[in-house]
Amino acid sequence: MTIASVAAVTTTLLLVAAFLALMLNLNHMAGGLEEDVEIEALIDVTANEEEINEIGSTIKEMDEAASVKFNSKDEQLEGLIDDMGEEGSTWQMFEQDNPLSHAYIVKAKTPSNTSGLAEQINNLDNIQEVNYGRDVIQQLFQFNDYARNIGLVLIAALVFTAIFLISNTIKLTIMARSREIGIMKLVGATNGFIRWPFFIEGALHGILGSIIPIAAVMSGYHYLVNNLGAQITYSFVELLPFNPFAWQLSLLILLIGTLIGVWGSVMSVRKFLKV
Amino acid sequence: MITMKDVHKTYANGVTALNGVNINIDQGEFVYVVGPSGAGKSTFIRLIYREVKPTDGSIVVNDTDLSTLKERKVPFLRRDVGVVFQDFKLLPKLSVYENIAFALEVIEESPRNIRTRVMDVLELVGLKNKARFIPDELSGGEQQRVSIARAIVNQPKIVIADEPTGNLDPETSWEIMRIFEEVNAKGTTLIMATHSKEIVNTVKKRVIAVEDGLIVRDEHRGEYGYEA
Repeated sequence: MTIASVAAVTTTLLLVAAFLALMLNLNHMAGGLEEDVEIEALIDVTANEEEINEIGSTIKEMDEAASVKFNSKDEQLEGLIDDMGEEGSTWQMFEQDNPLSHAYIVKAKTPSNTSGLAEQINNLDNIQEVNYGRDVIQQLFQFNDYARNIGLVLIAALVFTAIFLISNTIKLTIMARSREIGIMKLVGATNGFIRWPFFIEGALHGILGSIIPIAAVMSGYHYLVNNLGAQITYSFVELLPFNPFAWQLSLLILLIGTLIGVWGSVMSVRKFLKV
Repeated sequence: MITMKDVHKTYANGVTALNGVNINIDQGEFVYVVGPSGAGKSTFIRLIYREVKPTDGSIVVNDTDLSTLKERKVPFLRRDVGVVFQDFKLLPKLSVYENIAFALEVIEESPRNIRTRVMDVLELVGLKNKARFIPDELSGGEQQRVSIARAIVNQPKIVIADEPTGNLDPETSWEIMRIFEEVNAKGTTLIMATHSKEIVNTVKKRVIAVEDGLIVRDEHRGEYGYEA
């Protein structure tokens, strides 16, 4: 029974740990991406130089615009060729007859206002199209939401099971000691005095159950950062650093484990003390 | 000291155990509670240390009104009321000394006091030489003396005994009575439910007879009054 309840805590915490590591990293990445978001406002090919300058100064006057940079269509093409890497060379043939538009690259002061700013720019005359990483970010956030919801349901169910198992285990201990508890009550022991050994037993189950998950977090995350982290070269996709993240996560796991254990014991002792 | 006014007790299963009990017991009295089985003796006794709550009426024990006593204050009432049972209620794995010390440990008495107090009561019940024995190594009478020692070790104002001699042979019972009289002589109120005609008729004390949930007789230096 003790093994069962410790195992239940272990399983729960392993999942909590994996889930938290994923969630927090995704959040971190999404945050980083959001910071990097630029608005690319493509200008109508028909616009003349005067109109282009006017657009530039209008955007600069907008409250939310942090920086505004003009990219000529040649610079745009260069950027495209760079981004495409090997395949970019095929685009080099367009250098003589560039089909791209001039553009303004705008950054918002607060990343979350990016879409509002983009909308504003889009309403200006002579703007052909406004692009920003909306789709990517939204997909990431959406995935984040899904993952969180599924994870929360899963974890809630597991936490419930773990608490139930612990409370059952402790109920057995209490039954075995019911005579002792009865006598304690008769000679005037307070409920607190009777309760604390069971609190400690519950907490101990929780702490024992968090050993393996903490070990897994420490070694697993270390491995992840050193291997996977090194392979990822996109500047915006960045894992949280091992120190302090793994330590914080371990502490949290220990805390949750202890809490589950104490809660389980509270549940079973409470019923018993109503005499 | 103990005052009951119009106390009624009906259990959840519909059984009415007490049906309007009025009583007053003063500090230092020695009281027998007699009556046929199922008459309400045990309920009467249990009300005093708040193991059961009255359905109606008021009970005051040591100036504490039990009807308004909060659940978390109950332990402190019980520290002033020692209880002795027919089946001793000793912990089988603990020694005589530990069983008695247990009562002081749970009320968080200091270890130094525990030792002197336990040795004092062991002296009183005449088991000083058996302090290291476990309950199974003792006779029934000796076990009951241990449980009396445990009941009085924190010097309660009241000692309640629910048929303390019920499982003992007559000779041993007299030994228990001698200890009770000694405890009572020190000013402790003693309330004892019993079926023993010999004890009640020999060691004359106040007798309260309970029948059908009512006190039908209350006399000082009374008789048992039932056929044993």
